[in-house]
Amino acid sequence: MLYEYLIAPFADFGFMRRALVASLALSVGGSAIGVFLILRRMSLMGDALAHSLLPGAALGFLLGGLSLPAMSLGGFLAGVATALISGVIARFSSMREDASFAAAYLTAMALGVLIVSLRGSAVDLMNILFGAILAVDEAALVLVVSTATLTLVGLAAIYRPLVVECFNPGFLAAMGIRGSVYHYLFLSLAVLNMVAGFQALGTLMALGLILLPAVAASFWAREVWSMTLVAAPMAFASALIGLLVSFHAGLPSGPVIVLFASLFFLGSLLLGSRASVRARLSHPVHLRG
Amino acid sequence: MNAALRLVNLTVSYDRHPAVHHVSAEIPAAEMTAIVGPNGAGKSTLLKALLGLAPHIEGRIETTAKRIAYLPQQAEIDRSFPISVFDTVLLGRWSRFGGFGAAKHVDIHDAQHAIESVGLSGFERRPIDTLSVGQFQRVLFARLLLQDADLVLLDEPFAAIDSKTVNDLMAVIQRWRAEQRTVIAVLHDLDQVRRDFPNALLMARELVDAGPTARVLSAENLLRARAMAEAWDEHADACDVPMKLTA
Repeated sequence: MLYEYLIAPFADFGFMRRALVASLALSVGGSAIGVFLILRRMSLMGDALAHSLLPGAALGFLLGGLSLPAMSLGGFLAGVATALISGVIARFSSMREDASFAAAYLTAMALGVLIVSLRGSAVDLMNILFGAILAVDEAALVLVVSTATLTLVGLAAIYRPLVVECFNPGFLAAMGIRGSVYHYLFLSLAVLNMVAGFQALGTLMALGLILLPAVAASFWAREVWSMTLVAAPMAFASALIGLLVSFHAGLPSGPVIVLFASLFFLGSLLLGSRASVRARLSHPVHLRG
Repeated sequence: MNAALRLVNLTVSYDRHPAVHHVSAEIPAAEMTAIVGPNGAGKSTLLKALLGLAPHIEGRIETTAKRIAYLPQQAEIDRSFPISVFDTVLLGRWSRFGGFGAAKHVDIHDAQHAIESVGLSGFERRPIDTLSVGQFQRVLFARLLLQDADLVLLDEPFAAIDSKTVNDLMAVIQRWRAEQRTVIAVLHDLDQVRRDFPNALLMARELVDAGPTARVLSAENLLRARAMAEAWDEHADACDVPMKLTA
């Protein structure tokens, strides 16, 4: 009974095993990215960035059909271009960076949907927007796992400058370091993770598994490394439960996985050990000092 | 006079409007100098220019300082960021270990010592978002101590800080002076400047006067500074004071 529900799908189907490994890798790399996105106050900009992958992926789809390398490369280039263009617009005009990100992503979404509809069907569009777990083949698995490896090694390498650039950019500048280099290195890693995620989760949902566990973790931990350690298992648990539910109920995997990540967020908001509803309600009496 | 810093016809502008306009002055070495002036007088901009962080500079800055330490205004730091007091202070040794190297025993020992000398023993593992404004300023001073600089720039070090903390931090500054370091501080409390700072530079975009504090902070000079700060012309013509054009 338990075996049938929890183990059999993975024992019997190769695509479920691949999806499981892919989500494990995605959880580990993505949650570290998510923690930094929150600390840089870039949650919404991250969302805009994820949407901006669409025209690139769509262009890859137009030229190469449902081919992983074409769509991934297109998505990556589109994401990095959006980040760079928004940064440049913000620097050379009085426009704030969040506004320029919003402008860029609306343009990207419209363009992307239009390009997909030039050649593909409504099903193709749905797959690109919301992901298709069946699409996770060996090549996709290699992409996701390499991304996770590169993300962890990359973040470990630029950890100190990135942290200082977050909380005291002026100090870094006074030390003669160009903080924007680390900003864009980080954004590239973020885009890479969204590209890795969109096969299984879709461009609209890819950020969910990156961001939601990180937000949830901020209710439990109070340092960068501990937040990441808390976020990764929550991400993986959402993916595992989400995969099983979507398999048994025949639902699209992306939204189900993201909804379970939302449950972790809601649970943490209510029960977390710091700044949560419980923490507020359970200590009505102030301390002596 | 042995100058730590010489400003030669320095102009710093944002969007072509000068925030610091044709300032020439000398700042003595191993001495404490206060930069004084009304809001918008270009004091913080001048410090940024000294650090090489100002966007557009004309004129020259000559300095003999090898290492410069800088205390920013607190608003420039994200105090909600999850980082501990100890890690923040240890960053003062950036010039030793950079972005990628490891901190040595001596750095860790010195950081501990710096935290003690600003009166924050026991706070090492506390995240900075639990500190008061005054305690956080002590943290930043400990970081300055670790930087071991021969020129220390302080931007409004005592804004919104209680008198006990001001006294403790002033003692740190006096120690720097005793160690032959040059200290330049942007300050608003004129009584404190008269009491503690032998030299002053009074500016309102342009230089009003620089030299011994008693002379610089005369009633007449202060009045002039205020009048100059209030004259702001959105549609000003191009400045015709001669200056070598830079691209």
